[in-house]
Amino acid sequence: MRSPLGLRFKTHLLISLMIVFGPVGDVLLSKGMKRIGAVTIRAPADLPRLFLGTFTSGMIWLGIGSLLLFFIAYMLVLSWADYSYVQPASSAAYGIVALLGYLVLGEAITPVRWAGVLVICVGVYIVGHTPPRTTGSDSC
Amino acid sequence: MLSELVFYCFIIVAGTAGELCVTRAMKTIGEVTDFRPHAIVRVIGSAMRVPWMWIGIGLMTVGFFALLAMLSLENVSLVIPVTALSYVAGTLGGEMFLGEQVTRQRWAGVALVCLGVTLVFIGKG
Repeated sequence: MRSPLGLRFKTHLLISLMIVFGPVGDVLLSKGMKRIGAVTIRAPADLPRLFLGTFTSGMIWLGIGSLLLFFIAYMLVLSWADYSYVQPASSAAYGIVALLGYLVLGEAITPVRWAGVLVICVGVYIVGHTPPRTTGSDSC
Repeated sequence: MLSELVFYCFIIVAGTAGELCVTRAMKTIGEVTDFRPHAIVRVIGSAMRVPWMWIGIGLMTVGFFALLAMLSLENVSLVIPVTALSYVAGTLGGEMFLGEQVTRQRWAGVALVCLGVTLVFIGKG
């Protein structure tokens, strides 16, 4: 898949997978950690209890599985695309996390925070429109 | 508040440094062109033999546990946008560690990201 079109297709496909699996994993982890409660370590004996609580949660494992798929897609796309291209291109994840937090977790999100998420997305969109590869002779 | 600041620092600095190391490792593997499952497993196996990958995974693990801690303290819709500060760390790291050419346009985008992060903090209520 050496043609520019093929390269673009597989880049977008893998970034789409990142955008789906990343936020889903984050939301699952959040839901799992909220069930465990606030992390407070007052004595060394608290650590095993915390690890046990974390890693016996099905929700946490689903989150880890989702983030693992995210990471595989991330590794593959970084084998040909610039880090500074992939990082901003996957920015839609911020909006999706906020949306999932609102819809799935019932989190209250003020208009200012929505505006913040929007500005972040615009910023990373601009970054994503700079040349995708600046270190080699090939281009994405 | 101090512990939250420390957790955010770990998420941003360790997480971004880890990603930069993983990028360097994957660049040494070369472009992946075969997406059949066994080929992907082979690529992952090759990547795991590159020292940069293990350094990256180690740093990302630190960032991951800091993220878990923050998710137990704050809402996901606050925690995740705040980690957008890693774009600044990533841009600097890409320039210094990976030799990428960062244009003014790219920095303008990074500045907007910082503004967005500030708005997210202000909007915490």
